Amino acid sequence: MPVELHRVDDRLIHGQVVVGWGQPMDLGLIALVDDAIVASPWEQELYRVALPPEMEVRFASVDDAAREWYLWNADPRPAILLTASIDAMARLVQRVPAIRAVNLGGVHQGPGRRERLRYLFLTPDEERALAALAARGVDVTARDVPAASPVPLRDLLASQGAA
Amino acid sequence: MSDHPAAIVLAHGTLAEGLVSAVERISGRGARLLALSNDGLSGADLAARLRETMDATGARVVFTDLPAGSCNTAALRAVHEREGAVLVMGANLPALLHFAMHDELPPADAARAAAAKGGAALRAYPDPARAG
Repeated sequence: MPVELHRVDDRLIHGQVVVGWGQPMDLGLIALVDDAIVASPWEQELYRVALPPEMEVRFASVDDAAREWYLWNADPRPAILLTASIDAMARLVQRVPAIRAVNLGGVHQGPGRRERLRYLFLTPDEERALAALAARGVDVTARDVPAASPVPLRDLLASQGAA
Repeated sequence: MSDHPAAIVLAHGTLAEGLVSAVERISGRGARLLALSNDGLSGADLAARLRETMDATGARVVFTDLPAGSCNTAALRAVHEREGAVLVMGANLPALLHFAMHDELPPADAARAAAAKGGAALRAYPDPARAG
């Protein structure tokens, strides 16, 4: 079964992923792609400890994910791939051209970030990186939960003036 | 009873505020609890706010709403870093009331007892296993 969602979310595994997306998808596999977490057994334990038993999480660096994505994509369980940053997702998409859609699920406020949606604050560099993905034909949309309507990147950046 | 909260309730949206309000209405002991929300915060910012609050208040018990949620992840980090701190995941009103009413116990013991109370309180009705 293909990886159904490639999501950028700085909270990584949390309620919207496990319940909001996970329950309607019957989610069985989460691929968490993060270069720092893959090097920290404690960080991995932190994300494993409260996960429902029917869900498995696998951790990978961006480099490892570029190789393992094809295995995850062939896994019989419905799967979500998560990165905490747009940079990590952009690097992965560059290595795995088969990824054709990216979901922006949550990037919260911080220095240099501009609010685009209630749950999405982007830097000019991130906006350029997303525009570059879209220019390559990747369908980039913002959508925090399945009940929300997806917001295309074009509308997202145009709504308050792209940087 | 101490003026400082003995526990922090960390939850999605306005749930924590509502739970603490309900504890106050029912028991008059809402001051034992401090409500925090994850609204608008990244995981890192949420963990930082929780650490600050724990250190400012001295509270070493945290109740969270959803075991796999961002509140819980932040609480796991903060509790792991503080000796003797306790996290209760999946908290409900019976658990919080039990904690609030047992200030004669050390907070960590009261938290563990509250977890048992909250779990036991969650039942379906009618229960076929208890039908006569």
